Amino acid sequence: MANVVVPSGKPVPLRIPVREIVPWAVFAAVLGLALLYFVGAEQGATSIISGSTVHEFVHDGRHLLGFPCH
Amino acid sequence: MMRTLLIRGMLVGLAAAALAYVVAWFLGEPQVALAISFEEAKAAASGEMHEHELVSRTVQETFGLITALVVYGVAFGGLFSIAFAFAHGRIGDFRPRTTAALVALVGFVVIYVVPFLKYPPNPPAVGSEDTIGSRTTLYVTMIVLSLFTTAVALYAGRRLAPRLGAWNAALVAVGVFAVIIGIIYVVMPTVNEVPADFSATVLWRFRLASLAIQLTVWGTLGLLFGGLTDRALGRRTAGAPAAVVGV
Repeated sequence: MANVVVPSGKPVPLRIPVREIVPWAVFAAVLGLALLYFVGAEQGATSIISGSTVHEFVHDGRHLLGFPCH
Repeated sequence: MMRTLLIRGMLVGLAAAALAYVVAWFLGEPQVALAISFEEAKAAASGEMHEHELVSRTVQETFGLITALVVYGVAFGGLFSIAFAFAHGRIGDFRPRTTAALVALVGFVVIYVVPFLKYPPNPPAVGSEDTIGSRTTLYVTMIVLSLFTTAVALYAGRRLAPRLGAWNAALVAVGVFAVIIGIIYVVMPTVNEVPADFSATVLWRFRLASLAIQLTVWGTLGLLFGGLTDRALGRRTAGAPAAVVGV
């Protein structure tokens, strides 16, 4: 009777502790939403910066990514 | 660990944006150009002066579009890695690449496809400037409701999993999601501002192009991020003690 060593096929599914994820999650959500706002809605529905340069600059991306535009 | 995942997510988002630009260039831009020429022909027919371009078309279809895609890709790449970190090991006993593919599929459907079916994207020349406020509010509301419905469905699935088994619980969760979204579709107001004489072909191709761009972004996030994470974690576990099996 021989003992054969076989690698345990599946990697152990590791769980990253929620405590460790939460600060990253909050930061990424805040930063991500702010960035998405500038691509998707600034100088359209609402304006933080006056004029329409931001709107015109990301114009094609806004249409093609599915955001409402005029 | 989280640091590595977040960096990988953002880099994969950048790669997704690059691929999306190729798709946008070949499928999207021709339709945008056709829509703009329709807009200009209409303006000329009604005797309007050609408005001064604030940003030239060349800049819009290159730097502008690239910027929009890169910001979108990196933002969602980062958020995707966080969603992956929450999901991995908690939604089932999956390999990293399977978790990543599932998270990307859910993200694509929840954040893009569900709002797309109710408020489809429109090319230039479609949509009045006066209603941009209400249309944006409706679109964002639809995304938020879709995310909320996902949370409800996930909760239902997790509660039912011990009793029904993972597969059946997942089917029930999808069913719950579909029913709630169906009700939301009926309740939310409809928007249709397509001019009567606008080309149906351009509209259809434009919307398909938008779908293809988003599919490229989410597909890259899911498959590339999954592949890289699978390899990295595989390398880590390769050195782990292997199971000893008596024969």
